[in-house]
Amino acid sequence: MKNNLYKYILGIADNSLILGQRMGSLTGHGPSLETDIACTNISLDLFGQVRSYYQYAAKIAGDNRTEDDIAMLRKEREYLNVLLVEQPNTDFAYIIARQFLFDVYHFMFLTELQKSHDVTLSAIATKSIKEVSYHQRFSSDWIKRLGDGTELSKAKMQEAINGLWTYTDELFHQTEADKAMVAQSIGVDVTKLKEGYYEVVNTILNESTLEVPESKWFQKGGKVGIHTEHLGYLLSDLQFMQRTYPNMDW
Amino acid sequence: MTTTEQNIDQKLFPILEQVSDPEIPVLSIMEMGVVRSAVIQNNIVKVQITPTYSGCPAMDVIGDDIKKALKENGYNSEVELILAPAWTTDWITPKGRKALEDYGIAAPLDTEADKAVLLNGKRMVKCTNCSSQNTRLVSQFGSTACKAQFQCDDCQEPFDYFKCLK
Repeated sequence: MKNNLYKYILGIADNSLILGQRMGSLTGHGPSLETDIACTNISLDLFGQVRSYYQYAAKIAGDNRTEDDIAMLRKEREYLNVLLVEQPNTDFAYIIARQFLFDVYHFMFLTELQKSHDVTLSAIATKSIKEVSYHQRFSSDWIKRLGDGTELSKAKMQEAINGLWTYTDELFHQTEADKAMVAQSIGVDVTKLKEGYYEVVNTILNESTLEVPESKWFQKGGKVGIHTEHLGYLLSDLQFMQRTYPNMDW
Repeated sequence: MTTTEQNIDQKLFPILEQVSDPEIPVLSIMEMGVVRSAVIQNNIVKVQITPTYSGCPAMDVIGDDIKKALKENGYNSEVELILAPAWTTDWITPKGRKALEDYGIAAPLDTEADKAVLLNGKRMVKCTNCSSQNTRLVSQFGSTACKAQFQCDDCQEPFDYFKCLK
């Protein structure tokens, strides 16, 4: 039970950590000052949520580990985030598409997590969903603006959606920890979110005059620690200070 | 754990009122509504605060400032961060709203108006400089996570709007 709950929390939190790191690395690189600030604000929200999850996970682990140990000192295979969030900041269309494809899921997931019988998870979800509703507005707006924009912006947006589509199905895969937590009314049954997810996504893609990809071949693995090559590079950046100067603090 | 009522010892009120939000210095944490309880138990003040946004970097500083202010008044204290019930902009007091406006940050509208402004581009937020409502949304995210950027089309003043959070 304890181990399953611990893993379950990491499965949720790691998505926010890795996506937060991706968005945070845009600091000073956003296409305009306002979007730069928006992307890093989203990153800040995600990191804030991550702290609540990891603090709780550290408490459950019951040894001396801290939220920082969990964030900084695991190996690549121990991160349980979905493949979608670790995909690189290829260009602004990819950044927005990745955010959008995750936001729609994230909002639906937190809506359900609020009903968790675990009071801490329910409290974190209730807090976070208010922030995530802004993320979803932001990314959906940009999907529409670029999709229904110029010929070039549309082509780039379509390419990004096509490129990332293969990572969407994994959002609805259940791990062993998921199943155990669902059985105890602590976890969310993600398989039930799938239909609603594609309805929302497809509606917004249609409004944006973009095509819904037809490919039925999907990647998976992140939830059980098998990642794309991109995560290693991301972690070497994220963990650099703690690996180089162990236990450093400021 | 999920009471929306504040439980604050009246003796502590004037002390806590002196602690301000480091990012909005004109606003005390009491006016902001982030202090949920403050009680004296066995000579130790136990304070519970709740973040405005999860990632609000001001929370650590606020916690330290509370401890310092109480110490100066002869109290030892413990500060606990709680998440439930989640903070809402409704908890900003009328005095707090006024302080925000005077500082140049438009206070949050009610939920419906907020949606109309942020989603449908309605011009309703009052310019903090000239009070015109001929203002437009520049970005849903501002200088901090809790604010959006606006600009007045009459006096051209750029200003922050405190987003409604419920």
